[in-house]
Amino acid sequence: MKFQGTDTYVATRDLTLAVNAAIALQRPLLIKGEPGTGKTLLAEEVARALGTPLFQWHIKSTTKAQQGLYEYDAVSRLRDSQLGDPRVEDIGHYIVHGVLWQAFECDEPSVVLIDEIDKADIEFPNDLLRELDRMEFHCYELHRTIKARHRPLIVITSNNEKELPDAFLRRCFFHYIKFPDKETMQRIVAVHFPVLKHELLKEALEVFFDLRDVPGLKKKPSTSELIDWLKLLLAEDIPPEALRAKEAKDAIPPLHGALLKNEQDVHLFERLAFMARRKQP
Amino acid sequence: MLVDFFLYLKARQLPVSTNELLALLEALEARLVSGSLDDFYLLSRAILVKDEALYDRFDRAFGEYFRGIEALPGLEPLVPEEWLELAARRHLSEADRLKLQKLSYEKIFEQLKERLAEQKERHSGGSKWIGTAGTSPYGHGGYNPEGVRIGGESVGNRTAIKVWDQREFRNLDDTVDLGVRNIKVALRRLRRFARKGAATELDLDGTIAGTARNGGWLDLHLRPERHNAVKVLLFLDIGGSMDDHIQACEELFSAARAEFKHLEHFYFHNCVYEGVWQDNRRRHGEKLSTWDVIHTYGPDYKLVIVGDASMSPYEIARPGGSVEHWNEEAGAVWLERLLTTWPRAAWLNPLAEAHWTYTPSIQMIEQLLGKRMFPLTIDGLERAMRSLSK
Repeated sequence: MKFQGTDTYVATRDLTLAVNAAIALQRPLLIKGEPGTGKTLLAEEVARALGTPLFQWHIKSTTKAQQGLYEYDAVSRLRDSQLGDPRVEDIGHYIVHGVLWQAFECDEPSVVLIDEIDKADIEFPNDLLRELDRMEFHCYELHRTIKARHRPLIVITSNNEKELPDAFLRRCFFHYIKFPDKETMQRIVAVHFPVLKHELLKEALEVFFDLRDVPGLKKKPSTSELIDWLKLLLAEDIPPEALRAKEAKDAIPPLHGALLKNEQDVHLFERLAFMARRKQP
Repeated sequence: MLVDFFLYLKARQLPVSTNELLALLEALEARLVSGSLDDFYLLSRAILVKDEALYDRFDRAFGEYFRGIEALPGLEPLVPEEWLELAARRHLSEADRLKLQKLSYEKIFEQLKERLAEQKERHSGGSKWIGTAGTSPYGHGGYNPEGVRIGGESVGNRTAIKVWDQREFRNLDDTVDLGVRNIKVALRRLRRFARKGAATELDLDGTIAGTARNGGWLDLHLRPERHNAVKVLLFLDIGGSMDDHIQACEELFSAARAEFKHLEHFYFHNCVYEGVWQDNRRRHGEKLSTWDVIHTYGPDYKLVIVGDASMSPYEIARPGGSVEHWNEEAGAVWLERLLTTWPRAAWLNPLAEAHWTYTPSIQMIEQLLGKRMFPLTIDGLERAMRSLSK
C-alpha cells in the first residue's frame, strides 16, 4: 500500500513520505498546518486512494475519549426495563459502538480520522494513549477486550489550539502542511479546474500571492479560499484582463470577498490600494 | 547506527526520545526511502520532530551534522533582517573588484562572528560592516569574491560560500512570532476550571447512572457549577517609550479580554503611583485611586503588569520622581503594595530579554518582582503563566 496523492488531491513529496511511513510502521499520523491547506481532506483522499473505508471522528470541546470507544446507553435500558422489553436482559443491546470500535472490528484495513483533536479537553489525548498504541481496549460492561483485526491508519489533525502532551506526540508521526508554493499551487488548481484558461489562472495566482504578501492581514487567504474564488471568477465569467487591472494599481481584485474574510482586512486592503493609486502620477 | 546523529539532535535541544530513534531505524529497515539524503531528511523530520516550531532548529541541526560543518558557536543569533534590506546597489568597476582581497573561509567566519558581536546598527555601503550593497564579505547585494550571503536574493555575482537564508520555518520558532491567536493559546495555561460552592446544577450523568444502578428508582445527583476560576488584574504602561510596542500590547489585551472572564485592566505611565486610570482618553479626568483598587480586588486575583520598565531610576526610587506629576511616595513603595496585595504577579516586558541588563530601571523592577519579569514572546508568556499558576 503506497499513497501517491490522487487525481483530486496534490500531495507533496514530504507529505506522501510521512503518510507512507505512517502506513508502513502503523503509527498514528499527526497533521498540522494553516487552516484551509487540506488537513481533513487528506484522510478522505488517503482512504480513497487505498480503497479502504474511512471512519471519521470530529472532535468538539465536549467530546470525551470514551465516546470514541463505546457508550453505555443507560437511559434506553432504564426505559426498556420499565416497559418490560425483553431486550433489557442483554446489556450488549445498550452498548453504542464508537468510531474506534467500528474501525477495530472492521474486516479490512481502514483509515480513521480524528479531526481537530485540539478542540477537546486537555486530557483527551492522554486518555487515548493505550488505545492508539496497542489498538485495543476493554469493555467493562461486556467483560470483553476489543482488539483491532487490522491496525487502522489513524490520521489526526490539529489547529494548535492546545498543546498536545509529550507522551502522545512521541507515539505519532508528525507533518506540518506548509503553504504551497506557486508551482504546487498551479498543480492544485489544475486538479480542480482542468479546463481553466491559462491566462486567467496565471493572473489569478499572481493576484492571490500578492494578496498573501500584503503585510498585516489578520487572516491570509488559503488554498481553499483560492479554489472558491476561482469558482466565482468562472461563474461570473470574469476576463483575465480584469485581473490584470491591478498592474495599473487602480483596483482591488473583483469578488475579493471570497479571499478576504475579515472586515478589517478588507479595509486595510482598500486603504493600501487607495494609497498606491495616489502614488501613481 | 545513527546514534551520533540522534545524540547530536539531543545536544541541539531537540526533544527526541529513544522510541523515536527506534521508529526511524524501523522505517529505514522497511526501505521507505532509498538512499537519497533529501528523502532521509523528510522521513527523519516526520518521525523525530513533533512541532513545527522546532522545524527550524531541526533544519539547522541536520544541516550542520550532515555537511560536516563544525558548529559555529555564537553565530546563532540572527542577523536582523532590516540590515539586509536592499537599500542601494553599488556599482563596482573591474578594478575595484580586483582590489578586494580574497579572504580564506575560516577567516570569513571568524570575522563575521566578531562583527556580529560588534555591530549594532543597520549598515549600507562601506567595506567593513555587515549590510547591503557594500564590498564587505558579509551581507548581500554587494560584491566580494568570497562572501557569505545573509538574507536577500542573490544579485547575480554568486560567490557566496554558504547561503544562510533557506530557513523557511524560521517564523514558526516560538521565540519570535506573536499574534492574538498564539497569545490566547499561551494564556490558556492559566485556565483553572473549578467546581466550587453550593451544589446547584443537576448532574445528569450521575443521576442516570445512579438511577440505573438503583434499578429504576430515581436517584438525584447535584453538583456545583463549573467555571473558569482565574481572576486577573492587568496593569498596562501606556505612552512614551511604550509607543513602539503598541501592536504587541493590543494583541495581548484583546487575547486576554477573550480569555479571562474576570479581567480588570488599568493604565499607568512608566511606574504605578497613587492613581491609575481605565480609559486612556479621559485619563486626567477619571483617575482612580490605587488604594481603591487595592481594596476592591482580593488576593485571589493574579497581577499582570505590562511595561517596558525603561525610565529614569528616580521614577522608581524617589518621591517626586514621576515625569508627569508630584508623587508623594516613590514608585517602589507602590509596587511593593501591589505585590503584597497580590502575591501572584508577573511583569511582561515587550523589550527583548537580551537588552534588559543595559537599563538600570529594568533591573530595579526585576529585583522588586523577585525575578518574575518575562519577555512578551510566546515563550515568555508561557513562562509567566506557569509562574502565575504555581
